[in-house]
Amino acid sequence: MKNITVTVLIDALIDITLLAFLAITAIAIIHMRNLFVIIMLFGIFSLHSAGLFVVMDAADVAFTEAAVGAGISTVLMLATLALTKNHEEKKPPHHARLPLLVVLITGGALVYGTYDIPSFGDPMSPAQQHVKPHYIERSIEETGVANIVTAVLASYRGYDTLGEVTVIFTAGIGVMLLIGGRLLRRKKQEDD
Amino acid sequence: MIDIIFGHYNYWIVIFLMMAGFYTVISRGNLIKKIAGLNIFQTSVFLLYISIGYVSEGTTPIIAEGFTKYSNPLPHVLILTAIVVSVSTIALGLALVVRIKEAYGTIEEDEIHEQDMSL
Repeated sequence: MKNITVTVLIDALIDITLLAFLAITAIAIIHMRNLFVIIMLFGIFSLHSAGLFVVMDAADVAFTEAAVGAGISTVLMLATLALTKNHEEKKPPHHARLPLLVVLITGGALVYGTYDIPSFGDPMSPAQQHVKPHYIERSIEETGVANIVTAVLASYRGYDTLGEVTVIFTAGIGVMLLIGGRLLRRKKQEDD
Repeated sequence: MIDIIFGHYNYWIVIFLMMAGFYTVISRGNLIKKIAGLNIFQTSVFLLYISIGYVSEGTTPIIAEGFTKYSNPLPHVLILTAIVVSVSTIALGLALVVRIKEAYGTIEEDEIHEQDMSL
């Protein structure tokens, strides 16, 4: 029993540390004006959140965030930076009061909303009651997969994953239509 | 009071991150920075969902002997989908930025607006 309490405390400590890192990174992103620095900080932000996912027992999400969020997103942003050749953000002309007000009101409303959410890690919260026991108890005999996340992703909610593929396909077509013709156009201009 | 703070600090910091992303999106004119802000907002929504699925003293939802408490696998699945969708939206947004740069020669919002006005 004593061991469990120590583990919970260590978990909470790592959790708070990572959350503090995330907050510092977010503030740094707001303040920085060099776009390269912003993109690198964003990569750090994603990596820290991947660490936080591990602490919160979501190993599969952590893998995906580290590979896709921190990896591919950062590379895409760097590629855009290389294509637009714009490395410095313009200084904002005036101090933004209205956005700050909007953000404070929205944040206040959201914090007020959290008072109705059950405590962090509460095993009796409504989110833990509905379909979760079914997945935990039956998934191995119904699908034969030990990893419940995989079982839900590919079997119980397989259509969701199909929808996800559709989204990626649509986005891919969109990107190709927007900038795919770029190289062809440039070649044509050179030929003319 | 201590209970509320200890049970909710996670949500509060996540909301702070969300608002930091939101602020970047609505207050800055540079389109790449806006997209970075949007990305921060999305990541903090992921953190919120995973926080809700967390069970203290639980473990990763992979069935193994000796464990009975698992965190909720359903938010994990939803967020796996959301991460991939977020990369798709970011890719599309960045492609739009590249096109805007080609068409206007700038990625600053106010300069684009000026050019539109002077037409």
